[in-house]
Formats: sequence, C-alpha cells, structure tokens
Amino acid sequence: MASAAQRRIKAISYAKYGYMFIAPFFLVYCFFQIWPLIYTFILSFKGNQSANTEWVGFDNYSTILFGQGTAEGAPGVQTEFLHALGNTFILWFGNFVPQILLSLLLAVWFTDAKVKLPGKGFFKVVMYMPNIITAASVAALYVSLFGDSKNYFINATMLNLGLISEPIKFVSGPVASKIMVMFIQTWLWFGNTMIMLMSGIMGINPSLFEAADIDGASSTQQFFKITIPLLQPIMVYTLVTSMIGGLQMFDIPYLFHTGARFSRELETVAVFIYYNFNKGTVDQASYGYAGAASIIIFAITAALGSITFYMNRDKDAIAKKKQRKKAEKQYKAKMKQGGLSI
Amino acid sequence: MSMKQQYGQSKDNYHAKIIIKSTLIFIVCLLLTLICLIPIYIIIVNATHAHLDLTANPSNFWFGGSLGDNIKTLMNKLPDDASKTAIRVARQYNNSFNVGRGYLNSLIIAGSTTILTVFFSALTAYGLTVYDFKMSGPAYTFIIGVMMIPVQVSSAGFVRFMYSLGLINNFIPLIVPAIAAPAVIFFMVSYMKSSFPLDIVEAARIDGCGELRTFLTIAIPMMKPAIAVQAIFAFVANWNNYYTQNMILKDEKFATVPIMISKVLAFDKNVDKGVNFLCVTLSILPIVIIYFILSKFIIAGVALGGVKE
Repeated sequence: MASAAQRRIKAISYAKYGYMFIAPFFLVYCFFQIWPLIYTFILSFKGNQSANTEWVGFDNYSTILFGQGTAEGAPGVQTEFLHALGNTFILWFGNFVPQILLSLLLAVWFTDAKVKLPGKGFFKVVMYMPNIITAASVAALYVSLFGDSKNYFINATMLNLGLISEPIKFVSGPVASKIMVMFIQTWLWFGNTMIMLMSGIMGINPSLFEAADIDGASSTQQFFKITIPLLQPIMVYTLVTSMIGGLQMFDIPYLFHTGARFSRELETVAVFIYYNFNKGTVDQASYGYAGAASIIIFAITAALGSITFYMNRDKDAIAKKKQRKKAEKQYKAKMKQGGLSI
Repeated sequence: MSMKQQYGQSKDNYHAKIIIKSTLIFIVCLLLTLICLIPIYIIIVNATHAHLDLTANPSNFWFGGSLGDNIKTLMNKLPDDASKTAIRVARQYNNSFNVGRGYLNSLIIAGSTTILTVFFSALTAYGLTVYDFKMSGPAYTFIIGVMMIPVQVSSAGFVRFMYSLGLINNFIPLIVPAIAAPAVIFFMVSYMKSSFPLDIVEAARIDGCGELRTFLTIAIPMMKPAIAVQAIFAFVANWNNYYTQNMILKDEKFATVPIMISKVLAFDKNVDKGVNFLCVTLSILPIVIIYFILSKFIIAGVALGGVKE
C-alpha cells in the first residue's frame, strides 16, 4: 500500500535531474570529440601546408585514392597511402590469425575441467601482463633486444650459438621487421583475447559437455561441435573489434625503428594520418591529407561497427518492441474507428 | 579377459591420457610464460651493465655491476673528473629522460583522468538508469554508437582545434576529455542494471535525501566494484597513452614517460646502451609492479568484457 509520501514523490517529475546528470558527458563529448570530428571533415576539403585555409573540394580524396591531385608532391601521396593501407592489412592479418588460434587453444585448455593444470591463475596473470605495459616501452624493449647488428642481444646470442652466420635485420629489414611487429602485437594481445574467449566458453552450459562426454565424444569433437558453434557470436565480436583496433595500429609500427624517423616498411594508416598532421607547425602539416585519410578510416570503422551492432543486438527485445508497436497501432486504429462511429 | 580387468585397463588408459595431456599443456604454458617474462628479465639484466661492457658482449644473461654508474649518468650526477663525452651523454639523457619529472607528469595526467572518468561515467550511468526521461533511450543509443569511434579519426581536427585555442603544451586537452568515456558508461550502466536496486533511490527520497546526495552517498558506495575495475583500466590506459600525449605535449618540460622513452629510442649520437636499458626498465617497472599487486581485479575485469582499447 503506497503511503501519502510515496504517492507525493511519485507525482514529482525527476526528469530534469536525468538531464542534469548526463549533461557533463554530452557537453564535453561535443566539445572534444564531435566538433573535432566535424572539423576533421572540414579540413579534409581544405588545402595542405601553407594553403591550409583554401577550399579545395574533393582534391585530397582524389589525390589519396586515385593520385589525381594537382597540388605539388601529390602523386607520391597516393602510393604512400596505399602502401600504408596494405601494411595495415598485412600487419593486422599477421597478428590476428596466430593470436586467435593461440588464445582459443589456451582458453579451451584453461576451461577444460578434465585437465589438471597447476598454477592456472599464475599463467593467466603472466600471459595478460604484456597488455598493460606501455606500448612505447614495448617498442623500445624490442628494439634494444632485436637491433640490426651483432651488437644487440638477440643477434649476438644467435651468432654465439652458431644459429646464424649473418646478423638478421630485425628492425630495418622489410620482411623481418613486419614479422617482428606481428610478433609483438600477438605478444601484447593474446592474453587479453584468451580471457575474453574464456569467459565466452564458461558461459556455455556445462551439461552440454557432460552429455557429450557420456555419449563418448572426444575432446576434439567437443571442440568443433560444441565450443566453436556456441562461441561464434563472441568470435565475431573479437574479429570486428580486432579489425577496428588493427586500423588504429599505431604505437608499435611508429616506434619500432632506430634513428629519428619511423620506418616506411611499417607505415600504417594511423601512422600516415599522424605523420601528416603532426609534422612541424600548423603551416607545415598536411591537414588536408590527414583529414581525408581519417574520414576514409571513419567510413570503414562505421561499416565494421554496424556489423557488430547488428550481430549483438538483443533479438528478443526487438521482437517485443515490434509487438508493442503493432498493438499500439491496432489500438489507435480501433480508437479512430470508435471515434468515427459515434 | 574378465569384465573387471577390461574396465580397470581402460580406466588406467584414461588416467594416463589425462596426465600426458595435462603435462603437455603445462609445458606449453610454461614456454609462453617464459616468452612473456624473459624480454623483461633481459632488459633488467642489461640495465646493470656498462656501455663498453655491452659493446664487447651484448649477450648477457646475468646481472653486472654498473647499475649505480648508469643511474648516475641518467641523473646527471657524474663525478667531477668525468670525461667531456661522458658529461655530454649524461646531459642528453637527463634532458630527454628526466625520470622524476616524467613520473610526475604521467601521474598527474593518469591520476586526474582516472578520477574524472570514473566519477562522471558513474554520474551519467546513474542519470540514464535511475531517471525516466524522454531522451534517456536515444542518449544511451548514442553512447553505444560512438563507443567504437577510434581517436585517430578525429585527431587531426582535435590538434588543429587545440592549436587555435592555444592549448598545446597544456594538460587540459589530455585531462578534461576524460569526462566523456562512452565505453566506461556502457560498462557502468550494465553493472547498475544488474545490481543496483532502484527502490533504494525511492527510499532515500522518502527520507528527504536530495538527488545529488543520493548519488554521492548511496549510489557511489554501492558501485564500488565497478568503479574500482574501471579506475584501474582508465589509469593504465592514460599512463600508456603515447598517441594523444605526444601530439599535445611538445615541450620537454611536460614530457610524460611514454614520450621520454620514444625520445631515447630516437637518439643516434652519444648512445649509452646501459643507460638505454635502464630507461626502458624504469618506464616498465612501475606499471608491472602495480599490475602484479592488482592482477586479481584486472583479470576479473577483463573477463567481464568491454575493456578492449
């Protein structure tokens, strides 16, 4: 039974507090995120370097995508961007495949009740650890161990052991440096992916595995017939977030070098954007190219994001909403008819 | 063969299989653990060797005796009879990798962003779940929609905008945007939906408690677990954020740890390898130590999802 006070409180509208509580988020988000995004869009239609206030229409896009720009130095930009796009894809693919395979294998092992594994918690903690180390430090760590010449730890050790006769160019070699970045990215992320997949596997009803056990299914069969199909949504989610993350791959490719400048062999789209807007003063930077490349990446991300959104939406809730709308419509139609008949 | 024998045999087989499988898995895990830990161990070992020592033999597996000298070089506290080159090297390292200043700058940025992120995200999540207002649905959809937009996409406009506001070499563009963290809000809304009874708010109202006070004194303590997890992740993410910090902070005075380590990486003259290793060690150590102290929370937090950067 509602008391008088309760009824009075129910009658007060608290909506204004709702707006007040969410206002700081929206104000800050608009100022520091939405406006810069719109501004990037505007900048993508403006010129580069000292011409950065001139309106150039779609010039930056045609320069980047088709190499048709009229500005000075434009032809090189297209090759560079496509090279960066290619690198991004190669580096992403080369770290995603080993990472997902390794993580999946570990996740299955760690959640298997039949496997007796001492120190499981310790393994999880250590395997996740690389993920929290500053990426800049990780790049520095690997550069100082895998340097090109025989003066660096790995090359020196391998030469001492007689495994190689010539030092390997891990940092500047076009293929070796890409493999290194793939390795580092896998090293950084496999623990994270493993834990996400583990929570996915633990969400599967254990009685399914028990039933399969009683029916005599081997662990391989259980893996392919139960784990993989039921893990599909979380796998799709991991794939898409990893793709979006791959498009942003920046710290390791940008910092895995010796000397003053980043390595061209490792230039990703994020590095391309960053380099273009961050060189020198405002009048030396190429905001136009950076802006156009950003918008292209934004379009790709939005497409990928809507895929996950579509896959992850709450199907029951949508069905219920549809039903409710239908009922509402019917009710309204009825009311209308009723109104007319009077 | 009797039934019993057969049963016993297959049972033994089964046990043997499990033991073999477990051992194999244990070995693989051990190898992976080594791959995760060895690079850090080697870095620490090499930080205790002198430059000349490292050029003569770069392949060291055990500690040397030059840690003190390396620290002196890094701190620019050389003895008076040091050579000119040594002084130049020390000055270069001390300018680019000033440990105390780097830690302080990183701590200021990471600390204040963490507080802002968790407080305002909790506030927004509270506003969205507790109050029933017209825009709450669309607002939540918006937050989920923008969650995946990468920073890279708007950073060109962001930097240009900060130039025009005169906020380059200023901590404001690194700290204030932390108020708006869509992914954290998403996490907190799902946490509140599952474990925050709305009746409590009504009870507080009946007792005459104001709305803001209800949030501060009732909701925040109840959301502690979610806040703790998100605070750890926000701190780590902001401590490690090289991308944004490097485009805003151009002056050496404001350099943070990630910026400093990238500067050291770019040296091509007067390199002292031992000191280089020391710099890498110093940039990794605090976060690794904090991680091992808080690892239980962190692993549990990752398992809850929604923390992929």
